[in-house]
Amino acid sequence: MKDRAVAAGTALPRADGPGKICGTEKYAADYYHEDMLWAGVKNSDHAHALIEAIDVSGALLIPGVHAVLTHKDVKGTNRVGVPESDQPVLADYKVCYKGDPVALIMAESRELIEKAAAAIKVEYQPLPPVFDPEQALLPDAPVLHENRADKNLLLNGTIERGKGALALEECAFIVEGEFHLPAQEHAYLETETGVAWLNEDGVLELVASTQTPFRDRLELAHALGLPADQIRIKAPYLGGGFGGKDGITVQGLLGLAALHSAGRPVKMWNSREQSFLASSKRHPAHMHYRLGCRQDGSLHALSCRIVLDSGAYASLGGPVLALALEHAAGVYRMENVHIEGFCVYTNNPISGAFRGFGAPQVLAALEQMVDMLADKLGMDPLEFRLKNAVNRGDELGSGVLMSRSTGITACLQAMQQHPLWIDRRQWEKDAPPFKRRAVGIAAGLQGTGYGPVVADVANAKLELLLDGRFRIYSGVADMGQGNNPTNVQIAGEIMGQPADAFELLQPDTGRSLPSGSSSASRTTYSFGNALQGACLLLKDRILARVGQMGMGIYKEDLLLAPGRVRHIPSGKDIPLTFIAAAMSESERVSINTFTAPVARHKDIVDPAVAAAGFPHLVFSFACHLARIEIDELTGEVTVCDYLACTDGGRVLNPQLYEQQIQGGIVQGIGYALWEDFKVSAGEVQSTNLSTYIIPGSLDVPDIISLPVETVEDTGPFGMKGIGEIGINLPYPAIANAVARATGKRIKTGPLSAERVWQVLQAGEEQ
Amino acid sequence: MLIKFYLNGDLKEVNSDPDKRAVDLLREDLGLTGTKEGCGEGECGACSILVDGVSKLSCLMLAAQLDGHNITTIEGLADGEKLHPVQAAFVDRGAVQCGFCSPGMAIAALDLLRRNPHPQRIEIRQGLSGNLCRCTGYQKIVDAVEAAALEMGDKL
Repeated sequence: MKDRAVAAGTALPRADGPGKICGTEKYAADYYHEDMLWAGVKNSDHAHALIEAIDVSGALLIPGVHAVLTHKDVKGTNRVGVPESDQPVLADYKVCYKGDPVALIMAESRELIEKAAAAIKVEYQPLPPVFDPEQALLPDAPVLHENRADKNLLLNGTIERGKGALALEECAFIVEGEFHLPAQEHAYLETETGVAWLNEDGVLELVASTQTPFRDRLELAHALGLPADQIRIKAPYLGGGFGGKDGITVQGLLGLAALHSAGRPVKMWNSREQSFLASSKRHPAHMHYRLGCRQDGSLHALSCRIVLDSGAYASLGGPVLALALEHAAGVYRMENVHIEGFCVYTNNPISGAFRGFGAPQVLAALEQMVDMLADKLGMDPLEFRLKNAVNRGDELGSGVLMSRSTGITACLQAMQQHPLWIDRRQWEKDAPPFKRRAVGIAAGLQGTGYGPVVADVANAKLELLLDGRFRIYSGVADMGQGNNPTNVQIAGEIMGQPADAFELLQPDTGRSLPSGSSSASRTTYSFGNALQGACLLLKDRILARVGQMGMGIYKEDLLLAPGRVRHIPSGKDIPLTFIAAAMSESERVSINTFTAPVARHKDIVDPAVAAAGFPHLVFSFACHLARIEIDELTGEVTVCDYLACTDGGRVLNPQLYEQQIQGGIVQGIGYALWEDFKVSAGEVQSTNLSTYIIPGSLDVPDIISLPVETVEDTGPFGMKGIGEIGINLPYPAIANAVARATGKRIKTGPLSAERVWQVLQAGEEQ
Repeated sequence: MLIKFYLNGDLKEVNSDPDKRAVDLLREDLGLTGTKEGCGEGECGACSILVDGVSKLSCLMLAAQLDGHNITTIEGLADGEKLHPVQAAFVDRGAVQCGFCSPGMAIAALDLLRRNPHPQRIEIRQGLSGNLCRCTGYQKIVDAVEAAALEMGDKL
């Protein structure tokens, strides 16, 4: 295989596979230094309180405790967060939730940190807390951030189209529903971690598990009061991210610690409990929906109100709300729409980015409404969706124009022809004793990138090395999705080289170039585009140089092949080592910038919502089918079979494509059935993996993934991002099946055995 | 105390606090960071190692419990550059995504295949049920173990 050029579109095994499976790939958690200190925090004792005094003297008396830092030791703004910089590195005058760090401890061992935390005395003046977002919006509610004109309202937005909610009166059929969805914990296997030290030049270096090394660098500069060029951040492969490491987690604390450690490196690695308390979650959502259609089944009017609980700080709550508004009407045409949404501060744990980014919540609600309306109308739910789905050139209910590849109709048609759909009635009838079976479906979409205001830019850098190989300077972190191994496939295809001709440099603010976050279904789309350009540039240069070596002037005569350039007419090969030696260092490096195209159509929302990312240009689409079985005795739901038809443009690598679809769906099945991040009066009740249940190998079926390939000509090789779309639909597909099996809608997620059993009991009583 | 054990085939003599966790001894003192830690309380399986060929959770073991035993960590599976068939199958079948659970999964798979060289898919799922993965949805891990079983036959 060594001399075979990589081909786009094939199942090239991931370049990161061997190192990871042999245990030799180093994650941020795997960095240990000689003479290293451990760092950890003392958390707030209150969900909402003013800090009157912090006495660290008791902790400093403990042998092995090196230092205890408070907000007074922070020289910069002491605030992190993008786009809203509102979260303190160390709480200063007040605490806003139980995960706020009040003091930072450095000690010789992890055990000492707990001991030291217990010895720190903090005097508080408790403030009335607010935990319900609806209550937090009331005029007399306690205010978390006093400097905000809008008090606890982080962002609200309204989309008003046609006659808005009034058009519901013109509908032949209307359905109404209210839904509560809980917080979802990312539960990546590698909790937040990193190491930091001051190098011999006084530069603060960090190795961190982060989706955003370049953005972190700028944030740390502000928060800690350092020039950005005095900070260098490296992002090795992450042990999972899913949005939970989209921004600062421990980096602020680590950087601060390294500035006060007397030159010793500092390591921080959150325990699972600390991770559950202090890391961001998927926004809990409260949604009220009304949806109506005409006599002929065409959707006519939607009115909905979406309330997201941001928790104590903003994190990415504004952009999450904007995406929720944009996706709230799903994949359907409808002319009359009133969509309003609120993202609200409370004293709960922080919500933030999580795969799907607001879409899983609104699609869970909308897609149940669609099924309810189809039933009321007496139309097959798949026909109903097909009748109303957008095609290219149409506008979504939210007003967004579908100007790029739009494959939802093809996805629905693929499902319609699949045996799991065709045979559904018979399968339901064949339910064994004490079991009920049903089939549910759902359709949806996911926007790619940052929207119309924040530029989505990637800078790729490629170097021809003197040994004839190439180094790819990845600018986007790889949290597991495989965007960086995919760089090998893209570059291999264009440069005509085998996979092992490439060396992959993971993001390093000192060596690679800023290329945005690992998020928003945009990593391969944006960086791949940038890399494609860098490859073409370097390829041209190599071929031109060969021409100058006397091999003629026609580029068509030259073929870049594994390790060599072939002069086709003569059959003569010139080794890349030879060519590299003839090129100067600057010639051997190519850099290319890609700026993602944006949607430039008329204003639908106000500028604050547009800045938060409304609308997108490129969308992935999907429809899912779940066959479920309910145990009548326990209420337990088993997902027996699962089908996903996905339009992610052209498939760059079928294996990585399936990885994303299968993984996203299983995380979505967890969201639908088990994952319930419980918080009571600001106190986390789901403290670890034994009380917060994520799917195990026995809990989920094999998943059938059917790619429905469109060509997205703005994407590298026609691809679109599929990192998120998979998680958007398991909830509604399963909920629709549960409703078919029980005749009842469960309004509160997850659809736990207890809740299903209760509706089964209620059914029998009637 | 002085702890003596075989680690990936080599005799090790280490001075350690007897109540140090085995996972810390391996990762911090011996530099074998292939054994991961995901929860520290026996829920996730990322810290799995083989103790006399049987899968155990190194976050729930103390260093002293390694004394006198034959320990295999993920670093002990490959033969130089040549991957163990289980590892090769994980790579070829796309069973590795973020990879943080992968070493523990491979250890669990080995333990299973030693007990049951020709498992059905459901038996593979049972054998891996003590190991959590948040990326893959398990399907490709099951594919990989199935492929490895086929490749190895009764050779394990």
